[in-house]
Formats: sequence, structure tokens, C-alpha cells
Amino acid sequence: MRGRGVEQMRNPTATRMLFEMSEPGRGTVVFPESDVPRVTGIPELGAEHLATGLLPLPELAEPDVVRHFVNLSTLNMSVDTHFYPLGSCTMKYNPKRHERLARLPQAAASHPYQQESQIQGLLSVLYELQGMLAEISGLPAVSLHPAAGAQGELTALLTAAAWFRHRGEQRTRVLFPASAHGTNPASAALAGFECVQLSGGRDGFVDLSELRSQLDDRVAVFMVTNPNTLGLFEKDIATIAGMLHEAGGLVYIDGANMNAILGRTRPGDFGGDMMHYNVHKTFTGPHGAGGPGAGPIAVRDFLAPFLPAPVVTFDVARNWYSLTSPEYSIGRMRSFFGNVGILLRGYCYIRTVGGRGLREAADCAVLNANYLLSQVRDFLEVPHGNRCMHEFVASAKRLKEQTGVTAMDIAKRLLDYGFHAPTVYFPLVVEEALMMEPTETESLATLDAFAAALREICSEPAELVKGAPHTTAVCRPDDVTAARKPILCWSGQC
Amino acid sequence: MAYLFDTPEQRQRMLKAIGAGSVDELFEQIPRELQLGRELSLEGGVSELELEQDLQRRLGQAGGGGVCFLGGGVYDHFIPAVVDELTSRGEFYTAYTPYQAEASQGTLQAFYEYQTLISQLSGMDVSNASLYEGGTAVSEAVFMAMRINGRDGRVVVAGSLHPEYRQVLRTYFSRLGTEIVEVPASGGVVSVELCRAALTTDTTALVLQQPNFFGCLEDIAGLTAAAHAAGALAILAFDPLSPGLLKRPGDYGVDIAVAEGQPLGTPLQFGGPLLGIFTCRSEYVRKMPGRLVGRTVDRRGRECFVLNLQAREQHIRRDKATSNICTNQGLLALRTTVFLSVVGPRGLCQMAKLSHEKAQYAAACLTRLPGVVLKYDRSFFREFVLETPLPATEVLTALAARGFNVGPELSRFGDSLGEGLGRCFLVALTEKRTRAEIDALAAALGEVLSG
Repeated sequence: MRGRGVEQMRNPTATRMLFEMSEPGRGTVVFPESDVPRVTGIPELGAEHLATGLLPLPELAEPDVVRHFVNLSTLNMSVDTHFYPLGSCTMKYNPKRHERLARLPQAAASHPYQQESQIQGLLSVLYELQGMLAEISGLPAVSLHPAAGAQGELTALLTAAAWFRHRGEQRTRVLFPASAHGTNPASAALAGFECVQLSGGRDGFVDLSELRSQLDDRVAVFMVTNPNTLGLFEKDIATIAGMLHEAGGLVYIDGANMNAILGRTRPGDFGGDMMHYNVHKTFTGPHGAGGPGAGPIAVRDFLAPFLPAPVVTFDVARNWYSLTSPEYSIGRMRSFFGNVGILLRGYCYIRTVGGRGLREAADCAVLNANYLLSQVRDFLEVPHGNRCMHEFVASAKRLKEQTGVTAMDIAKRLLDYGFHAPTVYFPLVVEEALMMEPTETESLATLDAFAAALREICSEPAELVKGAPHTTAVCRPDDVTAARKPILCWSGQC
Repeated sequence: MAYLFDTPEQRQRMLKAIGAGSVDELFEQIPRELQLGRELSLEGGVSELELEQDLQRRLGQAGGGGVCFLGGGVYDHFIPAVVDELTSRGEFYTAYTPYQAEASQGTLQAFYEYQTLISQLSGMDVSNASLYEGGTAVSEAVFMAMRINGRDGRVVVAGSLHPEYRQVLRTYFSRLGTEIVEVPASGGVVSVELCRAALTTDTTALVLQQPNFFGCLEDIAGLTAAAHAAGALAILAFDPLSPGLLKRPGDYGVDIAVAEGQPLGTPLQFGGPLLGIFTCRSEYVRKMPGRLVGRTVDRRGRECFVLNLQAREQHIRRDKATSNICTNQGLLALRTTVFLSVVGPRGLCQMAKLSHEKAQYAAACLTRLPGVVLKYDRSFFREFVLETPLPATEVLTALAARGFNVGPELSRFGDSLGEGLGRCFLVALTEKRTRAEIDALAAALGEVLSG
């Protein structure tokens, strides 16, 4: 049986719930005694506002807290510890230098309401980043405001809606292919649009005749991921964009897969009018166990006056950076400027690798994905061809029919081999989908080992695979009962 | 290039296995006329040392070299070293959303602990695993209220709610028919009578803030009762430090409570990334936005944790999801979990008391200056509105030049906080400010005002 050797060395005492480790009266001295006298003449807090008694939070000693979280961390797989080919998520190496640079006190201790004169340096960096993202996308106007990709989608859709309204047009529909990320329809619905899903062609591409049949003056935006979620470049994207534009609509590019095309082609050059970036994917801002991200958007110049506020502008004559509101701005999407800590990491990455390095990253990401594809296609079906961009979608459908082993079983068994699982059951257009994105920061040796593990798993006895994982702390949590009777909070007494 | 592995020889081997002659051939999927055909015009090859030196030089001094008395939603609080040390572990920050429960028990348990700590802190039944920040959390709360009571005609918002939160709400609802009615604040708070008058039978919720944007304390019990009497929900944005000293949202019986979580262990970072705290009563849990972690057992009966009630979320429910949020603020939730663990109930109480006492002391010192008054004669928690004889922008610029960062000025938000506030600004205190710094601020303001 394969194991990671941690089973025997696990410290279950330290990974008890925090609340079970609490002892009344325990604690850590963090703050000094007050150095100000009591005053009179200033309104005091009334009894109707004051708390009664101590908060029911746990009381813990710092050494216990440290041991708890360090031990918890060992129960995770991460990019720093494991190959993490989670498709659509671009789990590439997160350079350590970015962590220190983004935590420089000059950035970390900046308050958003500081005087503009004090933040000229920070604004100059953000202004430069706006320009970088414009160059990479081929779309000239950039907003760094959105907190994550999904908020970038919503921001761009509201920006487009404001532009249509400004032109006196009432367009009510947003179209997207069935292979779209769930955020696309969710964002469109939140923005008040009617969602129309296209089923797409059997070859995995947008079906032009189906698209044409849906195009009329109700269509505001077509949202499409390119390369799409099957890892294929939409070969007819220019035609698609032409059709949309002819019908008076706009094309939104979901930039989750930008890592495949950096420096090779640009959304603005293939007909996109708007796009979002995922800085935590493409530009290495770490994924943080589920965020924070940053979801800047780039748009064509005619949409620039509608972008959310604030944007950074530069007055050459005064040599002065300012936060301003575009003329017909849709307003704010969140408080303050944006996820500056993550944007700075992206900025550091782009400065480090430059235009040539970005293209090399894409080249290597595509090379790695195609290599992995070549190593698995003789034992796992890959329904959409022998070539891909930065990721591909394999299917366990045949294996399931023959042995009962599903995509989820394979995913779980990979954990026993020391690999994080690919994305499973997405996109929805492929049965028993296993979506693999190796990224550029993995070696040939890792790819070979991963392919060998997959091959072995596909020939292992079904019961062994269906019983996996065997070496992790837990195996197949019961999420059906969890959903039926949700327990979302520890309910004992501290 | 940094961070890549493959040698030219290995690349050739890989291309051979693929059956391609070159990397360019792999990109033939992209029609030739769409290919860029040039290098991106972005300079690169900057070494780590040069980059650090460049950023150090350009960013200047931390906080502009001034002492921070800035408030308005995010604050200069102390963060114990253990927070950075523990959350800097790559096992946490280089993992992603815990879809594979077996490979993510560390993250999942930490988020379950976060949800519990936030419930304990807020007095609310359930917390989710985070949203983006306070402003979007308010908008998500209003959407949730609409799902709960099916009313979508109107939402009533206190004019004492953070003006940026109100702006976000207006943007989020800009294409929907829901009317957003703002009840103006007078004397630093909103009146129960005016709110009651604005609540109609198709009003989904009343949105409040405690302490409000002016730092003042509202009659949340009375306002909540007014909302409930009209069949509307009460949504409260609270300061997550305030439960150290003040009643919790749950004590007032509100239905949904949200907060900007930054004071609990997150650096200012020019306002992002932050932490959107989102809590509600247990009966509404299936209408909640965002991720939720639940406890369950595995095949062998071992206690463990999973992402729960995912059928609410965009990756399953798509256009019918409770929100479009996917990536949230996981690492900030972890920071807050560690922060609350190490600070504990006594530490949080001390932190809240210190902030309050220093705010009281600062208010007393500053209002001793001629012509300087508290704009509102009401009790406040950790920040207050000061009025001086001069335009606030002028005063704040002069204070910054003397090494004191104070504000924001209320006129920054147009007239959304009321009219005639051009000489008013916020002053915020945290446990970090010392008596010497406060005395020096008072002296500096005296100088500025005496011209």
C-alpha cells in the first residue's frame, strides 16, 4: 500500500478542535495596559449598548495555537508540497519573492484614505500595472477594482449594460456555451440579464449556426472562455466576434485560461471587447486556500468611460497620479481601490519575467499539457482530440462502463500516489470528466510520474480504487448527510 | 526564464512524444492571422534584488511616514507575529478551494473553526467561510433578504451606513427594479420614526450599521423592531472589534449581520484584500451566499469536514445560484481564525477597551482647542467626527505635512452623509496609538488652526 508516511507521525492531540483545547483563564498577553487617563465631558457608552460578560471565544495558549495550525497545515495538499493539476485553476508555482515584496510595510501599512501626495509611488505602480494588463490583453482600458474573476465578470457586464443604456438600447440577454464556468451564468443573472445557454458542437467548439439562430437585438453579450474549458482554442473566434458585432452585441472573454496564450495572441486581437484576468491564476498570486484573488478587467476604449471607479490616471503636465471616476462610471463594485496585495504580486511577476518570459510560460504550459495528453491517451479517453492548449479533459466513461471505476474514484486514488486530483465532473459537456492542467512550473519527471500513476490506477482492481484514498487522514466524507443535516458550527461550551 | 524546468533536450523529447516538430506547431490551433507575431512590449528580466530596491524606492515611507488616525472602515490595528508566521505556511496559502476534502482537511477544519469563532463573536447562528469585503457583503445580504421574504420593491438604507457600501449597493442593483431609499441621518444617527415611515409592505430589508460611519451608536434594538413590524428583515453591518465591549448583532435580534473583518488580523494594504464576514440566523442558511464548511463523518466513521450545501453555489446551480462568488477570501479568514485564537476573549475585550478609551481621551484633548467640537453629541466607540473652523481638506493636508494621517474628510463622499459637513472629518483610534501621539496630534491641530 502506498502511503506518504505521515499517518504514523500524525499528532491528533494538536488537531483537536480549538474549542476543545480551551481552558478558562488561559491566554496570551498581546496588549499593554492603558496609558491614557479617564476623561469627563465626552459622551459615555450607555448600558443599553454595553456587552454583558465575556465573549464565548476559546482561551488558548500561544504554543498550543501554533502546534494546532502547523499540524492542520500538514493535512493539506498544496502547490508547495504536491503536483496540483487542478484544471481551470492554473496551480503554478508561487514565487516566494512576491510574498515579501507585497508585505513591504510601505504597501501593507497604506490606508486607503491617505493623502494622494503620500501614495504617489503606490499609484505609479498600479498605473504601470494597468498598462501592462492592457498590453497583454490588447484591450486599452483597465480597471484593477474587481476582487476576483467572478466579480470581474459582473463588473464588465454592468459596464456593457451602461454603454448600451447610454446608446438608448435595451438589450436583455447574455449568451454562453454549455461548457462555460458556472460563474458566467451566475454573474449574468446577478447583473439582471436573461441567460441563454448554447449547447455547442460535438467537436467542443461553439456551433456557429446555433449561435446565429440566437443572435438578435435582444443579445447584449456573448461570454466565452478562450481557450475554452476543454482546452481548445475557439478556432472560429474571429467569426464569432464578427457575428456578435454585426448583431450589435459585445464579446466577453473569460480570462481564466490566459496562461495558455500569453504573448501568443490577445483577446483584443481575436475580437474580444471585454475580459477579466485572474491574477491568482495567470500571474501567480497564490490561491490562498480559496482566495483572495484579484479580477482586473480590460475593455475596449469605447467602454472606458463606463468602467467602475476608481481608476488610476496620470497627469503628465503635473507629473501626478490620481484616483478618478470615469465620466459615465457605473460606480463602485466594492469598497476602496481593489485587492492591492494580490495585484502587487502580479505586478512583481510581470516585471520579473517580462514579455518574453510570459510567452515562454505559455509555451511551456502548452508543451507540458500536450505531453501529458500524449502519455495518457492510450489508456484514458480524451474525447476532444490529440492536441490541446494548456489543459485537456480526459474521460473515465469507458473505464466506468468496463469496471465501475469513476472519475471521482481516480481522483481519490491519485491522492494515495501523492498527487492532487485534477478537476472532476467539469466541464459538464464531458461525461466522467478529468480536467488536467499541469502548468509550466512542473518538470518532465513529475509529468512522467503522474502519467505512470494514472496508468497504474486504471489497471488496478476496481475495489482498491473505489475504496481510495487509503493513506489520507479521512476517506470519502459523507456529504449527503452533511447537506441533509448541516452542522456548520461547533456547539459545545468553551 | 525563472521558474521553468525543461532543458532544450527535454523539450525535444517531449515534442517527439507529442508528435510535433516544434512548440510553434502546438500553437497552430490559433489561426495565423490572430497570432501576435511580436513580443509583448513589457520589459523583463528584473532580478529579485533590483525589484525590491525599485519598490522600496518608489513606495517611499510606510504610511507616508505619518501616525495613523485614519478610519472609515479599515483601521491600523496591531497584528501579533504568530498570525503572519502561521498563515505564511505554503501548505495553506498555495492550496486552493478545498474541493477534494481528503487533501484539504487542514483548510476545511480551519474554516469550520472560523465559522464557529465568527458565530461566537457576532452572536449569530451561522457564518459562511467569507465574502470579498464589507461592502459587497451588504449587497449580498440584500439579495439574500429578497430570496427569504420574496419582496423586491424596496430596500431601506440608513444614511449613516458607510457611503462606499451604499455606492456598491447602488451599482449591484443598478439594473434591477428595486428602489433604494436612504433615510438621512440627523445628529449622527438615523431616527426610528423616519425608518418606520420608509418601510413599506414591499420593503425587503432595513440596512443599518453599528457603530455607524460617524462612529456613533444607533438604537439597533428599536430599528430592528421597526423592520420586523413591517415584515422586513434587519441587516446590520457591524465592527468586528466592537463585541469586545459592546452588544453583539445577535443580541439585537437582527436577521443578517455582516462586517468588514480587516480589524481582526488583516493589514491595511491600501484597502484590499479584506475580509467579508457574513452571518445569519440558522433558518436562512440555505439562502446564504458563499462557501460553507460542514462537519460530517467519513466511511469509517471518523469526524471530518467538507464543503457543504454546494447546491446553492454557482458551479452547481449556475444562473440560479445564491451568488456568483467563487474564489473568496480564504487566507484572510485563516488570518482571523489565528488572530482570534491567540487574542482570545480577554485580549479582544482589552483591544476594544483600549481603542475606546483612547478615542475618548483624543476627543477630550482635541475639543479643548478653540473652535473644535464633536460634531455629534453622542456616544461613540472608536472613532468620532470632529468639526473645526477651517475646511477639512485643508486641515487634513496640513496635519499630514506634520506627520499625522487623519480622516477621511466627510466631503470626500459628496453630500451622501448630509450637507454642510465641509469642516468635518473622522478621527479613529486603535490600541496602537499612544498618549504621546495623541497629545502631539492635539498640539499639531492647534498649530494648524492658529495658522
